[in-house]
Amino acid sequence: MDNLVEIKDVYFSRGERSIYEGVSLVIPRGKITGVLGPSGCGKTTLLRLIGAQLKAQQGEVLFAGQDMAKLGRSALYETRKRMSMLFQSGALFSEMTVFENVAFPLREHTKLPENIIQTIVKMKLESVGLRGAGHLSPSELSGGMARRAALARSIVLDPEMIMYDEPFAGQDPISMGMLVKLIDELNDTLGLTSIVVSHDVNEVMSIADHLIVMANKKIVGQGTPQELRENGSELVQQFLSGAPDGPVPFHFQAKPYHTDLLGVSS
Amino acid sequence: MSMFHTLGRNILNNIQGVGQASIMLAQALVGKPQPRKMLPLLIRQLYVVGVQSMLIILISGLFIGMVLGLQGFTILVDFGAEQALGPMVALSLLRELGPVVTALLFAGRAGSALTAEIGLMRATEQLSSLEMMAVDPLRRVVAPRFWAGVISMPLLALMFNAVGIYGGFTVGVQWLGVDDGAFWSVMQSSVHWQDDIMNGVIKSVVFAVVVTWVALFKGYTATPTSPGISAATTQTVVYSSLAVLGLDFVLTAIMFG
Amino acid sequence: MTTRTMELMVGVFAAAAIAALLFLALQVANTSDSTRGETYTLIAKFDNIGGLKVRSPVKVGGVVVGRVSAIRLEGDYYEPVVEMQISTRYNRFPETSTASILTSGIIGEQYIGLEPGFIDDFIEILGDGGEIPNTNSAMVLENLIGQFLFSQGEK
Repeated sequence: MDNLVEIKDVYFSRGERSIYEGVSLVIPRGKITGVLGPSGCGKTTLLRLIGAQLKAQQGEVLFAGQDMAKLGRSALYETRKRMSMLFQSGALFSEMTVFENVAFPLREHTKLPENIIQTIVKMKLESVGLRGAGHLSPSELSGGMARRAALARSIVLDPEMIMYDEPFAGQDPISMGMLVKLIDELNDTLGLTSIVVSHDVNEVMSIADHLIVMANKKIVGQGTPQELRENGSELVQQFLSGAPDGPVPFHFQAKPYHTDLLGVSS
Repeated sequence: MSMFHTLGRNILNNIQGVGQASIMLAQALVGKPQPRKMLPLLIRQLYVVGVQSMLIILISGLFIGMVLGLQGFTILVDFGAEQALGPMVALSLLRELGPVVTALLFAGRAGSALTAEIGLMRATEQLSSLEMMAVDPLRRVVAPRFWAGVISMPLLALMFNAVGIYGGFTVGVQWLGVDDGAFWSVMQSSVHWQDDIMNGVIKSVVFAVVVTWVALFKGYTATPTSPGISAATTQTVVYSSLAVLGLDFVLTAIMFG
Repeated sequence: MTTRTMELMVGVFAAAAIAALLFLALQVANTSDSTRGETYTLIAKFDNIGGLKVRSPVKVGGVVVGRVSAIRLEGDYYEPVVEMQISTRYNRFPETSTASILTSGIIGEQYIGLEPGFIDDFIEILGDGGEIPNTNSAMVLENLIGQFLFSQGEK
């Protein structure tokens, strides 16, 4: 089992805020890897680094052995065809129907005749359960349906890897269940590598083969869900169990309570 | 001292902005043209940007032409020169009002719509999506809109002029009694194809490039939040209007000075 | 909004623009420009060109036959020379013609009025680059006033 993505000792800052300091991780091929962490710790940034929308100041980001930051424009676009990203909002193109959205990568990157495109699109829509919704426009879809449509679009070119950015955020339990099932099934039936970035711990833990927990600009835990639940650090334990207080404190930094209330200097 | 700091930083930011905008435009326009893919996009944008602006341009042109006719007559009649109403209306429109007012209206209607649309595409991650699907968003989203703006604005200015002159004719001849034949013949002897009409078209093209460019750049670099997009839309209208008025002075000095 | 409707509307848009352009070109602008087409050059020397400008019209009996193409000073004594482009339709100006600087209306623009002279056996027709020998310069207001006052003073 080799690693499709390797991140080696990456330092990344946006402006003056540093987001990663010495982050190293691997994404094993053919498995579902969950990336967990508190809000704002840079999980989406990780996906953008892998897709080379952002470049790290230091360190290497390797996809299938290629350093993403060093690729020229056409090589970069070629490599990007091998991966797909599912954005948080689905990011369907608002002026096209669902069918046109899913057909878009085929029309852009292949010269397939129209009838074959129609067949492929219907197949992909069927796999996400939306074959009957092809004629709708994105504004007519619910959030969950929009994400499933975007998912169909991201598998239409049969990529090697799909990156999911907060796929479960704000979904009702039924949609969440559907998405969890889809991610799991697609990964198995299509032999994909999946990276799921989320903070819906239970959902991710139920399907992930491999987990990475990030906080404080570093990796604080890597391993199978079982390993982390048993042997993870305090921070990891707090995150996985959802305890309100622990290494991530409840109280924002402040003066001692009685001092603040009574105005007595200690 | 800090006032100089702020001033210097603002100037540097603006220069950097111009540089960014130039790079964006170059990347959007330079490259192999792909007519089969681009033409449908261009036609759609011509509809959105050009056809949908026609109504406001035609109505404004008509009213401005009528006001020119009315006001012009009132002023000229004191000098006994109401025969000069024709050239007055025509030259004002062709040389100045046509290109400038069309540009300002276009900036307000189509320019702000472009900025908002692209800003929203950025906020809903559609632009990132395109990038990740190995499609260049600059070529696909920005370029067709740019060409649509550059093509449709001069055409709109021509329509503005034609409707305005007709409006001036209606008020001057049919309402205020200027002689029909005199109106057109004095106009024809004063309006020159190359000097007046062509120069007006050249101005429109320059304004079209500036307005569309500003609108697209502001949308593309908008902060992807609601206040960010609304700020970008306001900036589009303000910056492109100021640029149009400034350039108008420069162009007028070059062409007619 | 189907693609077909959109394309239709864009076509209407383009047609409206062309219609506007034609209206402007034919009805509004001066399209019977006589300096289009073939022209030849005639020159004339004046003492004073007054308010004559490049592109001022050259008229015979009020009909435009050409335009002033250049105005310059020539010779050791800096004499004003006016160069004109005349349409080749009117290529029979004899050397007895006269060029005068006239004003259209009382406060109008100035133009050059050409009067063809008489044609006889030994009179040459002016060709390209020919000079009109008889000229009347523009009337300068100060000179007129001076003349008037002088003539008043004589009474």
